[in-house]
Amino acid sequence: MFTTNIDSEKLSLRDKFFSIDYILLLTVLIIGVISCFAMYSTDRGEVGYHTISHLLRFGVFFVFFIFVSLIKINFWHSFSYFFYILVLGLLLYVDFFGLIASGSRRWLSLYFINLQPSELMKIAIILFLAKYYHRISPENVNNLRYMVLPLIALTIPVILVINQPDLGTSVLITATGFGVIWLAGVRIKYFTYMIVMFIATAPFVIAFLKPYQKQRILTFFNPDRDPLGAGYQIIQSKIAIGSGGIWGKGFLQGSQSYLDYLPEKHTDFIFTLFSEEFGFIGSMILLLLYVLLILRIMNIGQNSRSSFSKYFCYGFALALFIYISVNMLMVLGLLPIVGSPLPIMSYGGSSMLSIMFGLGIVMSCKIHSKSVVL
Amino acid sequence: MLNSRYSGLDKNLVLSRRVFILSIAKLIVFGSLVGRLFSLQIKQNKKYKTLSDNNRIREWKLAPQRGIFKDYYGKVIADNSQVFQLHIVPEDIEDIRDLLFRLKSIVSITDAQLIKIAKKIKKQKPWEPVIISDNLSWEEFSKLNLFLHELPGIKPVVSVARFYPDQYNFSHVLGYVSEANTKDLNANKRLIEFNVPGLKVGKTGLEKNLDDQLIGDAGYQRFEVNAYGKRIKEIDFSTGRSGQNYKLTVDAEVQDYGHKLMEGKSGSICVMDVLNGDVIAMISSPSFDPNKFVHGINQKDWDELLNNIDKPLVHKSIAGLYPPGSTIKPIVALSALENDVISPKLVLQCTGSIELYGEKYHCWKKKGHGFINLRDAIKQSCDCYFYEVARRLGVDRLSVTAKKFGLGNYTLDNFSEEKKGIVPNTKWKIQNLGRGWVLGETLISGIGQGYFQVSPIQICLMMAQLANGGYKVKPRIIDDENSLEQLIDIWRKRLDQESQGIYVEKNLQNIETYSDFLSPLVRNHENVKFVNDAMFGSTNEPRGTSYRSRFTDPNYIYAGKTGTSQVKKITEEEREAERKLEEIPYQFRDHALFVAFAPYKNPRYAISVVVEHGGSGSSGAAPIAKKIIKKTLDRHVLRKSKKNKSTESI
Repeated sequence: MFTTNIDSEKLSLRDKFFSIDYILLLTVLIIGVISCFAMYSTDRGEVGYHTISHLLRFGVFFVFFIFVSLIKINFWHSFSYFFYILVLGLLLYVDFFGLIASGSRRWLSLYFINLQPSELMKIAIILFLAKYYHRISPENVNNLRYMVLPLIALTIPVILVINQPDLGTSVLITATGFGVIWLAGVRIKYFTYMIVMFIATAPFVIAFLKPYQKQRILTFFNPDRDPLGAGYQIIQSKIAIGSGGIWGKGFLQGSQSYLDYLPEKHTDFIFTLFSEEFGFIGSMILLLLYVLLILRIMNIGQNSRSSFSKYFCYGFALALFIYISVNMLMVLGLLPIVGSPLPIMSYGGSSMLSIMFGLGIVMSCKIHSKSVVL
Repeated sequence: MLNSRYSGLDKNLVLSRRVFILSIAKLIVFGSLVGRLFSLQIKQNKKYKTLSDNNRIREWKLAPQRGIFKDYYGKVIADNSQVFQLHIVPEDIEDIRDLLFRLKSIVSITDAQLIKIAKKIKKQKPWEPVIISDNLSWEEFSKLNLFLHELPGIKPVVSVARFYPDQYNFSHVLGYVSEANTKDLNANKRLIEFNVPGLKVGKTGLEKNLDDQLIGDAGYQRFEVNAYGKRIKEIDFSTGRSGQNYKLTVDAEVQDYGHKLMEGKSGSICVMDVLNGDVIAMISSPSFDPNKFVHGINQKDWDELLNNIDKPLVHKSIAGLYPPGSTIKPIVALSALENDVISPKLVLQCTGSIELYGEKYHCWKKKGHGFINLRDAIKQSCDCYFYEVARRLGVDRLSVTAKKFGLGNYTLDNFSEEKKGIVPNTKWKIQNLGRGWVLGETLISGIGQGYFQVSPIQICLMMAQLANGGYKVKPRIIDDENSLEQLIDIWRKRLDQESQGIYVEKNLQNIETYSDFLSPLVRNHENVKFVNDAMFGSTNEPRGTSYRSRFTDPNYIYAGKTGTSQVKKITEEEREAERKLEEIPYQFRDHALFVAFAPYKNPRYAISVVVEHGGSGSSGAAPIAKKIIKKTLDRHVLRKSKKNKSTESI
């Protein structure tokens, strides 16, 4: 009765706009603007292809973010499993009929966008797990019987993504999935078992890895092993960041990226470019913006009444944290180059779409924080 | 309902705890990110900035122009001339084997060169050019340009290289340049910094001594390049600084004339200004063509130079050592007079030989000179007289005077190949030969034989210092614009005043800076005058040893002293045989020496002539000296007028 009471509460559009978390919105907007300038710099100070399409995507998906946030959280709750199945279907489709680029089959050609379902899976898995743990009672969380479904739901997409092959995304999906499962209250000991199991099966997994993936892992441990080959990216990225200094080389002055020493500067190494041009101070500001973003999302989770909202917000905050830290640790030479975009900053439609979708649901949680999901 | 609410709270409790733990983990990770950024961007910024610049900036060195040499009148004697070179840039080459094979058909490259080139390519950075050939003919060069589009990576270059227009005349004075080898690089760290492909360095002579200044500073072109090595823009450019130019005190015309006189002979001619020590000519014969060394001398020419018994590569003026023979006699006489061992009036009897401890010491004149005084002994070069003088004087006192006048010491500062020679004394013999001095050696030292070893420039300096009245002269070959002419005027005045017995104050400021230049070498200048007068007699009076080479024209009258130095000890039989010069094998013939100064009144130039195996001084060397004296004196007016034209830029 208590719950239905609030659930039946109807919010007008005006109310909804009033309850939007404007700090979150503004933070996203600022990061978005910064990302457009960074993209402008990768286009060598011209409003080139990357700048335009990034700006366009950011604009479109920002509107999409608002749109998602205005829809009732109950809808997203009931939409979760369906969305997961849908993305899983796309992944399956892509694995057989997807577009091939640089040796892996990751993309699905839509007319306006080359969709990368593995990026969407990053959100779908959180949605799935949030709903799943929302639905089962706390006593059953550590019941082995109830652990089977989440594990299967996690394993299938991971295997599909590895098969593409896309090591980076699969690692990110796994990490996010485990994070949410752990947040839901599954005891540490089960994770320990899993790790032991994983180590036991590791040799077989390694046997399945493609040579270039092995090369990347080896290179991580010693980038100077092959300075002109796989280690080149890490070395050049470190040079770019290190040479930035406190204040950076200045906007459009990053020689490392301007002269093409920096690989993949639009996508995975966008932070390197930013850091080279804006230095330590600029990097700190960007990092603080991300921290603010994560804190706001966690705050929304904390203030939400429903477990679904809480799980989703915390899970999404964790996911963002993982994406950001993996990307930055990677370009700073502390993790192997696995291919993971920096949220919002990196060029790439699917990544932007999934992040904005996630943010939309988070905002929906905020707007509808009083409602309890049935 | 209650249960479900409770469980909901429980659920939230677990969640909050885990979120808290997660937040701490996030904090740690972000903290490490900040730490890493701090370490890279602030602590190691310098290192990465350098790395970034190394990435970004490529430098191409440009060889500087070597400084040129001019003679006293501004005639260029070591120049830079245009040459055509072939460079290859390794990073632009598609297939090095194929390229070299094709190049072989266009320009001449030997297999040994190919191996060298291959080694060089490995050592260098891929964008640094490698020189394949540094002196192409015009035909080869134009042919290359024709094939340019077919051979990626080759670069025909128009460059400059050392050129000696006078070919043979200055080979020894200037030396030659050649490509720097490892030895040169180790000896001079600056050359390594240069890193200019095909840099030439001085190997001998002034080219070697002044190398640091002659080379100049390398220019460079700095380009910003992208990751694929493509030049984006020029950042910095420096033409470098061409090397310092030098003007010598040498008169190219006298030098050339001297060379012609020495043609077919082996030996040296030195001409020196007796007042300021300017070297007017320094000729060493036979000579060689230094241009051959610039682009690497070929084996045949090199063998020829090495195997020539007259040793063309040796700079005989400074590194050729000869017993001074009778040319030392003025110094022996002077030393004896200075030490009051004899009086100028001393008369001795020469019977053609003297005997000491059973050993016979001969005079050159078999019949002997009879009763003879000091002046005539110098004039007629009587050996017996000087045996006796040397015996009374002793070798140690003789060596002191000889050293004062420049024998047995380095004369010029500019030549690493210069040799000191030997002025023997008792101490020297103990130290170097480990045996005691014997009196017989004193006797032969008195006529400039035995252990005595002097270079032509040393006896020239000796003559200069006698000619100027017994004052120290510091010889120089580089005209460094510190004109001494003004000093000379002051000095002349002082000499005049001194000769009139007027006391001269020594507080003239600029004289003191040249104190060395003016310091008297003798106690009594009258003794020097006496010796010079005797030498005047030697050339201008009948029975003087060089009487046949005298000038009758009063403008050219000079004084000189002949010398004939034995190459090997003459046996009694040979002495009896009195063989003609032509009958003696070339390498056993005596060296002919002659020293002189001119004009006799107000002496200005000292001359030494050494002709190896040229027979006697009076017939082998004096006639050459006569010609060179005339030439030098003819040029004197021009030289003086040049001096008065203040500092002209070189």
